[in-house]
Amino acid sequence: MLTKRIIPCLDVRDGKVVKGINFVGIKEVGDPVELAKKYNDQRADELVFLDITATYEGRKTMVDVVRRVAQQVFIPLTVGGGISSIEQIRDLLHSGADKISLNSAALDHPELIEQAAKVYGAQCVVLAIDAKKMPDGSWHCFKAGGRVDTGIDAVEWAKKATALGAGEILLTSMDADGTKKGFDLELCRAIKQAVNVPVIASGGCGQVEHFAQVFEEDVADAALAASLFHYNELSVRDVKEHLKQRGVEVR
Amino acid sequence: MIGIIDYGMGNLHSVYSACQYLELEAIISADPQQLERCERLILPGVGAFGDMINMLTSSGLYDWLKEQVEICHKPLLGICLGMQALFDRSFEYGEYEGIHFMKGDICPLESLQVHEKGKEVVLTVPQIGWNKLFFSSDFALADELEVDPYVYFDHSYALMHWDPINLKAYAQYGPYIIPAILIQDNVMGCQFHPEKSGPTGLRILEWFGKEFCV
Repeated sequence: MLTKRIIPCLDVRDGKVVKGINFVGIKEVGDPVELAKKYNDQRADELVFLDITATYEGRKTMVDVVRRVAQQVFIPLTVGGGISSIEQIRDLLHSGADKISLNSAALDHPELIEQAAKVYGAQCVVLAIDAKKMPDGSWHCFKAGGRVDTGIDAVEWAKKATALGAGEILLTSMDADGTKKGFDLELCRAIKQAVNVPVIASGGCGQVEHFAQVFEEDVADAALAASLFHYNELSVRDVKEHLKQRGVEVR
Repeated sequence: MIGIIDYGMGNLHSVYSACQYLELEAIISADPQQLERCERLILPGVGAFGDMINMLTSSGLYDWLKEQVEICHKPLLGICLGMQALFDRSFEYGEYEGIHFMKGDICPLESLQVHEKGKEVVLTVPQIGWNKLFFSSDFALADELEVDPYVYFDHSYALMHWDPINLKAYAQYGPYIIPAILIQDNVMGCQFHPEKSGPTGLRILEWFGKEFCV
């Protein structure tokens, strides 16, 4: 069977890995190639790059970042952030990305998922969902970096998007994100039960125990974390050792 | 020199980078004359089967490749979709003829109910992630790779009805045996991505580049 995947996430702005704290006080944490190599050496299973650059010029930088990383790191690379056209997808895949993740553009134009899946296959189309819990107990999808409530139900959207051809879901809980209190198990479970594609849990991880939780509860196929790894609070290797001891199959 | 066949689809850059890293000389080309000078060929691929076969046929690379493999006996490695092209037919978005280098059909994986650690779970499709290889006893690399040789898979369709003699490695996925490495004479196919599978994948790629058919 497949191993559970541990995925460091790198937010990239103007070619540098950064870490934002609530969108203010963005801090540079390093060079994407160097960080990618570090995580590869720690046996990360995959890397996610999120382009948080706002400008067109900056987006072209991202293609170059992917190309440079792919020259030295031989594990799967997923790239997301601001992708809104088949041409952008093509450029990223041709420069060494294995998967692309769609968020806001897919909410605005769901047919983009279908087009991308037809041309490149469902296996390279990741749907990113930023979900936030509502007072009625449902979850809404937010877009534009968490600023806009689309009013779209996250569970329904996950079902619709996978029917259109999304091959994987990168699920970020806006409620858990930044809390370090653990992944949002309730949200993960709701989405996991609604779809047959792999689900990547994101947001809220603060300690090694949290990875074990999300896998032992069987609510995600992979888990993603950023600052925890960037600030060396944990290494991917530590996480995997811990999971192995707990009987979770890892690579 | 390894010729990476560019037919307008696929993640050519990653395969090329992996070759460079392994110090295997390689070029990416769509030009048969240039590719003909290479001793080995790689057919990569990401996308849909029908598109790939159409691209190969319309560019003239289909007939050229058949000649290179069957008449010139050039070693060929197909990766992922490129591996699927080596077989008889595929049922992805319709029914398409493959190149018929090896026996078998490419069929969809289904989200079946499976028992896993005492629980009922639904098999996720696509198969995305790292799965362990099991080798046949006649595969040269079997003893040499790391103890748990995990490699990276990313596919919704898989080979079925293969010739058991050709199967050199497989992975288990729920109720499925996923053929992972197939070899017949000078043709080799990998369903997983050796260029994205860490040291294990790189060693398999290196083996194709230096030792396969020598």
